[in-house]
Amino acid sequence: MTTGPQEIVVVGAGVAGSVTAETLRREGYAGRLTLVGAEPHLPYDRPPLSKQILSGQWDPDRIRLRRPDVYDRLGIELRLGVSVTRLDRSARVVELADGTRLAADAVVVATGVRPRRLPGDDGPAGVHALRTLDDALALREALAGGPRLVVAGAGLLGTEAAVAARASGADVTLVSAEPIPLLGLIGPQAAGLIAAVHRELGLRVRQGRVTGVESADGAVTGVRLADGTLLAADVVLVATGSLPNTEWLRGSGLRVDDGVVCDTLGRANPGVWAAGDVASLPDPRTGNHRRFEHRTQATEQAIAVARNLLAGSGARPVAPLPYFWTDQHDLKVQVFGEVAGTDRCHVVEGSPAERKFTAVHCAGDRVRGAVAVNLPRAAQQLRPLVESGAVWTGEPVGPPLTGSRADGR
Amino acid sequence: MKINVDRDRCVGAGQCVLAAGAVFDQNVDDGLVELLQAEPSEELRDAVSEAQLICPSGAIELLT
Repeated sequence: MTTGPQEIVVVGAGVAGSVTAETLRREGYAGRLTLVGAEPHLPYDRPPLSKQILSGQWDPDRIRLRRPDVYDRLGIELRLGVSVTRLDRSARVVELADGTRLAADAVVVATGVRPRRLPGDDGPAGVHALRTLDDALALREALAGGPRLVVAGAGLLGTEAAVAARASGADVTLVSAEPIPLLGLIGPQAAGLIAAVHRELGLRVRQGRVTGVESADGAVTGVRLADGTLLAADVVLVATGSLPNTEWLRGSGLRVDDGVVCDTLGRANPGVWAAGDVASLPDPRTGNHRRFEHRTQATEQAIAVARNLLAGSGARPVAPLPYFWTDQHDLKVQVFGEVAGTDRCHVVEGSPAERKFTAVHCAGDRVRGAVAVNLPRAAQQLRPLVESGAVWTGEPVGPPLTGSRADGR
Repeated sequence: MKINVDRDRCVGAGQCVLAAGAVFDQNVDDGLVELLQAEPSEELRDAVSEAQLICPSGAIELLT
């Protein structure tokens, strides 16, 4: 009989890393357990950064994932404020920037992502990114006094930050590559409602492609678009996507291709696993590898990977249903599965006019995604349809199919 | 086992209901967490711990 690992190092102390460590203990792992984090902070939750932290509604302490004593109690050794420099797989050692070498008979890679940069954004004062707590606090400070803010990139992060910045009095222009922000991600009805909220808030949305950041005398002056336009700005938030943090894995023999390439179990190589934003896992439906940057995906991957790491032959595929939400002023939007790649949409309950509805998005007759606006409970009823890729019958809940309905099948 | 939920933090993801439907529900109007029992029996501990871990907003606290 083989014995399980006795020295596990989890690299990355965001939600994926900390949930991995906690799950290992909950599942009975009794060996040494180290959690390494580049940031000096105890593990915290990122979604509130672009919402309650940026708007100043919450104190930073409020987003801590666990009270400080929990790590001691669980026997999780924290190495915070130090980044990782190298994985030596043959020696089974993780090297840190302060020279520490951590022996590891199993490693979990949870180093997450970092913001993509734009040409010219490195250096001038007034250019911000939003990934860490320190980023959020710095941006919040920069927004005092109602500056002109240009948000480059209108994904979830860019739109949420734009709304929070507007609420704190900034003059905000949001640059969107799509005609309406979030169109491909949440579908036309929900994106349309968010666009209306943006207008009501006095937030300018400008379609375009950002090519770079302009500056003079060490301070940002604006954002340049592909059509030559210069959008003048005192403060710029670069929110044009992320890159996985995998540079430290060079020479480790792991396959890296937009993230750490894993098998269906979340394993990159014998003894090396990955979870969260950095992990590239096979999509159970298409088989194609892909990464998710969603909060619940990170948690569920981490739980599954921790269990698989200890399970030996009992390991099970890591395939959480994609789910994300966004809060924009008075709209709460939730999405199960995916809207991208679907070709029709059916409103199930409520209506966009009421600013309250659920809808399913189908590819052909198969349900691939469910979107809810301000109906969080009803959204749950659509989840099983997305999970099973059900044929859309027009009957999301309620009694089983009867004769009169069965013809549609 | 004693638990506490923070409705100010809750984001209405409904993950807790999936993990421990005997203990958690979502309010019909706002979708936020409702506690069906604040002191569930010990046999529900695994399910409640799972709900706590899986909650995307850290809104569930296990007090004992």
